[in-house]
Amino acid sequence: MAVKDIEQVGLDTYKFGFHDDIQPVYTSPKGLSEDVVREISRQKDEPAWMLDFRLEALRQFERKSMPTWGADLSRIDFDDIHYYIRPQDRQARSWDDVPEDIKSTFDKLGIPEAERKFLAGVGAQYDSEVVYHSIRDDLEEQGVIFLDMDSGLREHEDIVRDYFGTVIPNGDNKFAALNSAVWSGGSFVYVPEGVRVDIPLQAYFRINAENMGQFERTLIIVEPGAYVHYVEGCTAPVYATDSLHSAVVEIIVKEGGRCRYTTIQNWSTDVFNLVTKRAVAYRDATMEWVDGNLGSKVTMKYPAVYLMEPGAHGEVLSIAFAGEDQHQDAGAKMVHAAPDTSSLITSKSISRKGGRTAYRGYVQVMPEAERCRSNVECDALLIDDRSRSDTYPYMDIEESDVAIQHEATVSKVSDQQLFYLMSRGLTQEQAMAMVVSGFIEPIVKELPMEYAVEMNRLIELQMEGSIG
Amino acid sequence: MTATNGQTTLSIRDLHVSVEDAEILRGVTLDVPAGEVHALMGPNGSGKSTLANALMGHPAYDVTAGQVHFKGRDVLDLETDERARLGMFLAFQYPAEIPGVRVASFLRLALNARRESEISVMAFRRLLLEKMQMLRMDPKFASRYLNEGFSGGEKKRNEILQLAVLEPELAILDETDSGLDIDALRIVADGVNRLRGSDLGVLVITHYQRLLNYIEPDRVHVLIDGRVVESGGKELAERLEAEGYERYGAATTSEDA
Repeated sequence: MAVKDIEQVGLDTYKFGFHDDIQPVYTSPKGLSEDVVREISRQKDEPAWMLDFRLEALRQFERKSMPTWGADLSRIDFDDIHYYIRPQDRQARSWDDVPEDIKSTFDKLGIPEAERKFLAGVGAQYDSEVVYHSIRDDLEEQGVIFLDMDSGLREHEDIVRDYFGTVIPNGDNKFAALNSAVWSGGSFVYVPEGVRVDIPLQAYFRINAENMGQFERTLIIVEPGAYVHYVEGCTAPVYATDSLHSAVVEIIVKEGGRCRYTTIQNWSTDVFNLVTKRAVAYRDATMEWVDGNLGSKVTMKYPAVYLMEPGAHGEVLSIAFAGEDQHQDAGAKMVHAAPDTSSLITSKSISRKGGRTAYRGYVQVMPEAERCRSNVECDALLIDDRSRSDTYPYMDIEESDVAIQHEATVSKVSDQQLFYLMSRGLTQEQAMAMVVSGFIEPIVKELPMEYAVEMNRLIELQMEGSIG
Repeated sequence: MTATNGQTTLSIRDLHVSVEDAEILRGVTLDVPAGEVHALMGPNGSGKSTLANALMGHPAYDVTAGQVHFKGRDVLDLETDERARLGMFLAFQYPAEIPGVRVASFLRLALNARRESEISVMAFRRLLLEKMQMLRMDPKFASRYLNEGFSGGEKKRNEILQLAVLEPELAILDETDSGLDIDALRIVADGVNRLRGSDLGVLVITHYQRLLNYIEPDRVHVLIDGRVVESGGKELAERLEAEGYERYGAATTSEDA
């Protein structure tokens, strides 16, 4: 009983395989050129410095070579991608202004009415542009800015100019350079000194055009003593051809501030998901990345925290799930640039049906960064014998007075566990779902309630009816 | 065939079981009628745990000949979970650890698996607390991860808690006394005794007579080299305690706890 049909357990079957027939107002021609970049900037009526930033990034992109490590990216054809699509000319200001077909897509995604009311702001990135955004009044009164990045640039150019591209320079890596050249949408969040945002700020992202890239750009600034939890989740329609998602997220957490950034990504299994996420944390600040990667064809994502001043603390909690033909190369990067800084990395990965996961982590302690502490724990769960998990823990420690721990485990769902659970009346698929849910529980319990429920439900649903 | 209420819950006939091609059970015949407690005693290596695992359908245990009927139904073709939903229960000697899964959520799913309609969260909560009280367990126990980091005694008590909540018609207790101190043993035995009644058949598998001081058996069977060599009343257990298994020509070992 225990292993015969396990490979039929369908955890990665894509749940939202639909797309609406949206007619974009402007679609750039396929391929990347200076003309395309200039046209994007012109359409957005951007200041000259942003155009310069984009053009410099384009030159960096052309110079940079593709990564020679991690996942196989050879199937990305940069000439076969639309770099910009604009679904409508103006932004909807209220829910009533949101077009009906877009609303119907939200309905299918199951974004509940109640959520729109209770959440602080719902930004939905539909194609390349944010089409709807609202901010609850009391957030505005507190001086919190939560806008799509394009509006952020228009309405708060002074702030954006000070921080944009400072955490991730436009030539940081090939995909960050690509994003810097053609970025569109994403979120701009500014939390003033001492302000605590009690409810998570949420955004929903979605790709909806064949061969279209998604290049959103998010910038979050947390002033001293402030707190914010930003949540993004995405689902995408299934298309036959390859799709590219290459986002950049920059976060600045100042003295005593705290930021948590939660992502659950469930891209359809044809998407290359290549994201650069980086935060800088100053004195006594805390930055936490919570990252779940369920879908996509290939993911390469290593959220980073640069611990710049004493007392700074960084965390990465991540879940990766790889099924058939999926490669999740995920991990974390912690740079201890000051004494008395600490970091914690907890990574959980699940592989099945020949899927491949990798934990790729980098912990750096700079000279004289004394009394740093870093704890890395990565656990892999293999559902069958065909699947694979690798661990690449890089350490670069240039200071002796430090406490660094690394622990890695690879486990399998054992026959004993399945037998035990089934001896209580659970079916094999229920038993399997229970072991998998338990494995990721330490991270799921950190998620906002609705995400935790959704995550467990997704696992249960996919296990049900998929065995014999 | 003895039967207090005329109904035999478990009927084993000439059961042969192999593990990795080595024959461990070589023709076991045994009945456990509803409402009775039967003890199966034997030295290490006699096949006691093999019988327990084979009855519950562990895939590593190959039934090569014989029959097992439960409530009149041939169960050898049934999967483990189907046997469980039919009313069979095994209290494990070494329960598996399931990290990240709370005792309460596991037990609610297991209970719902054998019910027609789902029990409400509140009703389940009440049921669980009541059973935990009976076994003198801290309510916090319900939110711990299943068997992870449990002491030997906690694991065994957790098995009996599951027995109490799931209310099966046949309970096989596999060396439930091993690893228990005398207080834990009393509590576990108390729990089993409260569950005794007209319906529940119990097969207590043990090396020692100790547990049988607290759970008094209706019948005692002696398993040697994969066969039941003698059956009798509870006095048989006392005799085994005094004389050991040597009279059956079996080598006794003392490594078992």
